[in-house]
Amino acid sequence: MNADAKQPSEAAQSAPDSAEVLRVSGLNIAVRTEHGLKPLVEDMNLTLRRGETLAIAGESGSGKSLTSLAIMGLLPPPAVRVTSGTIRLGDVELTALPEAEMRSVRGDRVAMIFQEPMTSLNPVLTIGTQLTEAIRAHVPVTRAEAAERAIAALKSVRISEPAKRMGQYPHELSGGMRQRVMISMALALKPEVLIADEPTTALDVTVQREVLDLLRDLQRETGTAILLITHDMGVVAEMADRVIVMRDGKIEEEGTTRRIFTSPERSYTRDLLAAVPRLGAGAARGGAAPDAADPVARLTDVSVRYDLHGGLLGRVTHRVHAVERVSFDIRRGETFALVGESGCGKSTIARALVGLVPHEGRIEIAGKHLAGLDGAGMKALRRNIQIVFQDPMAALDARMKVADLVAEPLLIHGLGDAGELRARTDDLLKRVGLSPDHGDRYPHEFSGGQRQRICIARALALQPDLIIADESVSALDVSVQARVLELLEALKTEFGMSYLFISHDMAVVENISDRVAVMYLGQIVEMGTRDQVFGNPQHPYTRRLIDAVPIPDPDIRPARIQFGAGEVASPVYPANTGPTPVRLVDRGGGHLAAEH
Amino acid sequence: MSEAMVAEGPRKEPAGVLTRILRRKLALFGLVVIAVVTAGAVFAPWIAPYRPDEQFFDGLTLEGAPLPPGGRFLLGTDLLGRDLLTRILHGARTSLIIGVLANGMALVIGTLVGLTAGYFRGVIGAVLMRFTDLMMAFPALLLAICLAAIFQPSLWIVAMVIALVNWVQTARVMYTETTSLSERDFIAAERTLGAGTGRILFRHILPHLVPTLIVWGTLGISTTVLLEATLSFLGVGVQPPVPTWGNIIFENQTYFQAAPWLVFFPGAAILLLALAFNLVGDALREELDPTQRGRA
Repeated sequence: MNADAKQPSEAAQSAPDSAEVLRVSGLNIAVRTEHGLKPLVEDMNLTLRRGETLAIAGESGSGKSLTSLAIMGLLPPPAVRVTSGTIRLGDVELTALPEAEMRSVRGDRVAMIFQEPMTSLNPVLTIGTQLTEAIRAHVPVTRAEAAERAIAALKSVRISEPAKRMGQYPHELSGGMRQRVMISMALALKPEVLIADEPTTALDVTVQREVLDLLRDLQRETGTAILLITHDMGVVAEMADRVIVMRDGKIEEEGTTRRIFTSPERSYTRDLLAAVPRLGAGAARGGAAPDAADPVARLTDVSVRYDLHGGLLGRVTHRVHAVERVSFDIRRGETFALVGESGCGKSTIARALVGLVPHEGRIEIAGKHLAGLDGAGMKALRRNIQIVFQDPMAALDARMKVADLVAEPLLIHGLGDAGELRARTDDLLKRVGLSPDHGDRYPHEFSGGQRQRICIARALALQPDLIIADESVSALDVSVQARVLELLEALKTEFGMSYLFISHDMAVVENISDRVAVMYLGQIVEMGTRDQVFGNPQHPYTRRLIDAVPIPDPDIRPARIQFGAGEVASPVYPANTGPTPVRLVDRGGGHLAAEH
Repeated sequence: MSEAMVAEGPRKEPAGVLTRILRRKLALFGLVVIAVVTAGAVFAPWIAPYRPDEQFFDGLTLEGAPLPPGGRFLLGTDLLGRDLLTRILHGARTSLIIGVLANGMALVIGTLVGLTAGYFRGVIGAVLMRFTDLMMAFPALLLAICLAAIFQPSLWIVAMVIALVNWVQTARVMYTETTSLSERDFIAAERTLGAGTGRILFRHILPHLVPTLIVWGTLGISTTVLLEATLSFLGVGVQPPVPTWGNIIFENQTYFQAAPWLVFFPGAAILLLALAFNLVGDALREELDPTQRGRA
């Protein structure tokens, strides 16, 4: 299918063997508000053929998820509904179907997997119960037959020990395994269409890779058509045959994946692709050579452990070794990045640094030992170190005006009277790209990117030496993410601060950091300058992380990597034992990597 | 491709909370009811047709039964031939004091206990909450009787007793809400800014508890009014012949079949007052919530 698929008839001719399974034409979705109907999706058209993967890409609020919910007949009633247009699945018109019949279509002919597998599985039922129930809801089989089918379905998604998994509960499985269970549940009845709504967004990058490979293999075996909803252009490039780019509820551009990536016609698509962080882009930036003496923060053998109590007497039986003997310096004026997958302890280090969790070992900030400080000393120290959290909406008090939120750090530290406060606040809002007029509003009136700017303004207010950015751009759309990263970079040059940048996103880290430390299960396994770590990764885990990053280029289909069986690696150890400490060895030029 | 600017330009200054509440029909109705009851309570001696303890010879039928509503006695008379309207007007004083003051005191105590226990947890939290549980398990009426027996029965003592008995539920609810609030990121963010405990508790956590407080507060009004009646009935509350809405109901409940108006009218008064506070509280809750503002 090389032709631009704008004309469906032409595309259909070019692929005569692929039967059309789903056709959406002229679909409009609107929400009822006090001021009448407000359109959310306008004039959506798409066709999906057997064995094909069509991606709907777009940023938040583009209407991509609403389109998929409309196909499933799951739009939230009564406010949001389809106002016009048709959705044809084979020869059935779905928009006109009564709920009872729609229920038999759902799961049987069209199945869906969601972003967060933990919330889509019922936590109080075993995997087996949920799978057999899903099967028995559509096919008249006995319980035993359904169980057999369920085990077969689990086998098909390559879950280890499928019979054992049947008796387990969702919380006993890792995130990747849960998403596999969801996929097996969705594919157990061999649907014609599988809608995957951000199927890997909540997963770690190595797990994402496994799930994407799995989806591709299963599609090849069963011929199921996949409608992939995603914001991640890397995932699009790897998975899709054709792409629809959506923006504000309308189709912005449509075409084969290669054409969209090589010669996008619309400026929006071009900007979207340009905003995607790519591995290797950072090398062009050139690295600063910060002074190694007089570090802003120095960590020496820092550990954070949580006790788990058990047994009749409530004694400590196990410990979570969230952070285990971590040592590093953050130099003045540098961006130091901590990368790793969820649960590796990177956020715990951030929380220990700002005194939110107790730690063992030695943390020195601006030469002062953190543990030895009293209340006043701690308060004074806070002027040197500030943190920006991942979710700005959660990190801002929803009941306070933005001006009060930004002025609060100044007020707490008694910096300036009322008049000065207002002037400082206005200035800070301008610095982060907001207008002083915005001060009278509440956080919910802003977009995600603007809210993160408010958080940055708050962190900036005390003019700290070090700002910790804990996954601060992870929840933002790529275009917004790029602009917030630009802002952080500009502020760094202006104020000469250092950043501790915590992220799971290898591409972003590669683009902005000076030095990088890779964490795995509470320990640092590799540390060095960006060029050392990305250009010459020494530890197999680092290599795995780098290889797993989806590449936003359809011509590069990365080699398949075989990972572990998907078992949960856990930092929990019995009370009298602990993890084997890794020994970091210098591989030249201060490039440290663990022996393996 | 610009970052979506949701908030554009300066916003028009919104009208005051009171103006906005007055625009709501239900809230306005609630305010009117509260105003009428308050006026009735304050001006009872002047607007009531008779004296509250005056027994009329013609206030009873020849058989000695109370008179139904209508005629000279607008809402009828009670078992002793006293005018019901007069007694309800005078009773509003006690009931308002109990419903607003005692209930308010209970809310304040409950909130302080719940807030402290929920934020600090640890030993302080455990001690406070176990004490709350103990109070909850203890029969409230027995405690109230003990307290009322120690002190000389009077309206103020009754109000205090009710406050000391009723704070426990509020404390429980506030405790749970505070624990979940203090886990949230914005509280962690405040702590990293160096905000003190007082600032976090009263500037950041308390405002988020207000919606729940308003609901609990309005629900508590009818409960406390009736608890006062129970105490009065047991002889440890407000002493007869001083009328309260609660004790009018209690005095007459056995004659409910023969003289339903004696229970109906004071009952309706309690219901109306509680409803009125509830409507106003609801409107307040929505108007005070900035996250609801500027929404289409």
